[in-house]
Amino acid sequence: MDPMDAIKATYFQECDELLADLEQGLLTLDASEGDGDTINAVFRAVHSVKGGAGAFGFEALVAFAHVFETALDAMRSGKLEPDGDALKLMLRASDVLADFVQAAKGQGVVDEVRAQGIAEELAALTDHGAGPRVSEPAPASDGGDDDWGFTPLKFEIDEPVSAGGWLLVMTPTSAMYAKGHDAAFFLREIERLSSCETALDLSNLPDLDALSPEESYLSWRLRIPGDVAETTIREVFDFVGDDCSVELTRFGAPAPAAAPPAPPIDFEALLGAVRGEPAAAGAPQVNEAHEERGANGADKVSAKPAALGGATIRVDLERVDRMIDLVGELVINQAMLAQRVGESGLARSSTVAIGLDELEQLTREIQDSVMAIRAQPVKSVFQRMPRLVREIAGSTGKQVRLVMEGEGTEVDKTVIERLSDPITHMLRNAIDHGLESPQDRAAVGKPEEGVVRLAALHRSGRIVIEVTDDGKGIDRQRVREIAIKKGLVASDAALTDEEVDNLIFLPGFSTASTVSNISGRGVGMDVVKRSIQALGGRIAITSEPGKGSVFTLSLPLTLAVLDGMVVRVGEQTLVAPLTTIIETLRPKADEVRRLGPRGAVLAVRGGHVPLIDIGVALGWRTTPIDPTIGVVLLVESEVGGRAALVVDAIQGQRQVVIKSLEANYQRVDAIAAATILGDGRVALILDVDVVLDGRSLDRPDNLLLAQAS
Amino acid sequence: MSLTILTVDDSRMMREMLAMTLREAGFNVVQAEDGLDGLDVLSRTEPDVIITDINMPRMDGFGFIESVRREQRHRATPILVLSTESDAEKKGRARSAGATGWIVKPFNSESLIGAIRRVSA
Repeated sequence: MDPMDAIKATYFQECDELLADLEQGLLTLDASEGDGDTINAVFRAVHSVKGGAGAFGFEALVAFAHVFETALDAMRSGKLEPDGDALKLMLRASDVLADFVQAAKGQGVVDEVRAQGIAEELAALTDHGAGPRVSEPAPASDGGDDDWGFTPLKFEIDEPVSAGGWLLVMTPTSAMYAKGHDAAFFLREIERLSSCETALDLSNLPDLDALSPEESYLSWRLRIPGDVAETTIREVFDFVGDDCSVELTRFGAPAPAAAPPAPPIDFEALLGAVRGEPAAAGAPQVNEAHEERGANGADKVSAKPAALGGATIRVDLERVDRMIDLVGELVINQAMLAQRVGESGLARSSTVAIGLDELEQLTREIQDSVMAIRAQPVKSVFQRMPRLVREIAGSTGKQVRLVMEGEGTEVDKTVIERLSDPITHMLRNAIDHGLESPQDRAAVGKPEEGVVRLAALHRSGRIVIEVTDDGKGIDRQRVREIAIKKGLVASDAALTDEEVDNLIFLPGFSTASTVSNISGRGVGMDVVKRSIQALGGRIAITSEPGKGSVFTLSLPLTLAVLDGMVVRVGEQTLVAPLTTIIETLRPKADEVRRLGPRGAVLAVRGGHVPLIDIGVALGWRTTPIDPTIGVVLLVESEVGGRAALVVDAIQGQRQVVIKSLEANYQRVDAIAAATILGDGRVALILDVDVVLDGRSLDRPDNLLLAQAS
Repeated sequence: MSLTILTVDDSRMMREMLAMTLREAGFNVVQAEDGLDGLDVLSRTEPDVIITDINMPRMDGFGFIESVRREQRHRATPILVLSTESDAEKKGRARSAGATGWIVKPFNSESLIGAIRRVSA
């Protein structure tokens, strides 16, 4: 890659981070939690975006960032109050700035009209906040203003070259040396321009006893040929300002007569003498420097690791994935080896068996470490949401405050990438369908601003995303009517509140009477549900009329490994995810109670849970086995439903590498995926939620009739 | 023996750009991310020239320059300011803090190397 392209890539990466910081900072200020540091950080973010953009010639981006920066600068210096309106405008400005960055990347275009409007509003902000800004030059009239991209043009009018040329008198002050300048460097620069005659003026040098090493006593007189332009000579001194007096006069012209003609001196010898001067003045410093270095010796050692602490490397995702694949194979291989050794009749205390145990430990650790490489905080997805919410709020005319929690929650990278769409839909749905208009809210005594909470958390080995709104909740009556009208449920179906709520996930369901341009983009909650299920995830809703709704989405933390209970059902070996299992038990005959003609329940700790024969549920047998002969797995589904699953026997507990059934075969109901066991056989992984779901809704035929008698 | 340049800038992109430009020109480059980091790096290296940004978190360029000038062994080290700002007030403030020179971003390789040459032995 061309080095400049690489730097540009870094710039855009940095822009993304800066834009996120900018938005975060503005939101913090908006919540009245920020301080001066927050404003500084926000200013710096825009400033850095602008700075880099200049380097690559993204002029439109620079121009907009400049206006934005000016407004932030006013806020930083206290001329502009960081109040609600100003911050709302700045949040919108940050969106436009992000659009400009995207456009600079070559992705997307900027809405010029919107950008112009916001730029004008920003400019107006500083005008009102700070009164007339005298220091801000009018953009059109002043061509010399650097910030507007004009470089002052310097004209050099050809002057007649006089025989004498220039006389330069250079008298440094001690302040000049204090800033790291050296008179010799100026002489060197002048010599680069042209050969010249130089004279050292020692007339101010006091006697040695009166000489202060820090004082400046020397002055130089230079004769420079007249064909060197004045500006070129002056440029040599443009860093020093008032710290060095520079008199430049035309030699031979009437004015410079006052200067006594300097005797010609050999330049090299002079330069040598000049070099000696700062060295002499600096002599005591050298010793101090050595002492200091000695004292700092201990710091040197301790400081280095600190600097390396946050070091990161960027690795191709493909390489990590390849490694994860290989480690997966290693785990399977290790399990097979362990099984073979077990079968060979070696004692558990044999050195081979002990070595194998250690190998298993190591393999697990490697696997965990590799998976950790892929784990990332959900922040990268969450940080895109405030803008989305602002835009939806803007187009629906609703007032929304987004509260985010658990942005640091880590989850596998592939899972993160696929979280974005479902979260987007859930938020859209919450604002568009959940929240009421400000008037309606006021009418029922709620604050006009609705609150939508987006939270991420870990729960029993899964990542859970919750979207909560404080809106009107689901209108169950209406949902029911629509579902009946669309033929999704029978008109006399007896449905619980929860079941009614979940009707919105059925294909072809849409409650909005007018299809809005937000939720109604042809993507319903059914699509959301399906895409989540494809990831091994689930979505559920709970709602309370008048108070709001909670969408709960859960996904496995990783799509690669699973802790499972290996069980036997008939001739088949199955794996039940350990996270779903509460306990395993062998029921006694009097704990199994018949319920209705076909159902049965198991009495567990004073309560009753339905009994499900897995063999029957999966269609492997028609007659359930006697639960008192088999083993029962007490499981809990994502939504909290419990059931007792009847299997023939438990073979053990192990970590399995998930192999997609869809990718290798096809999607199978109630089966989440497959795996390869230690003996090389394929085992199916049970989707406990679907099994439980199937019992209550779709497949009443599979209800177990426990043969308790 | 080529000169060692310390660059202090919070922008990763700017650091990469400086490193590339300076290394191409044959300088040794050491880098720091902000003023405090710069002082930390200075405690174990002795650059011939320091180039610093102004707007940085934790410790800005002004603070950094003042701190460097307070250290005996760096009081005469040339410090160039590299900033997008170009107004006289900021330049004056940097000069009174002890800056040797000023380069306006975006820089080109020529102006940067030229400025280093002008302030270094």
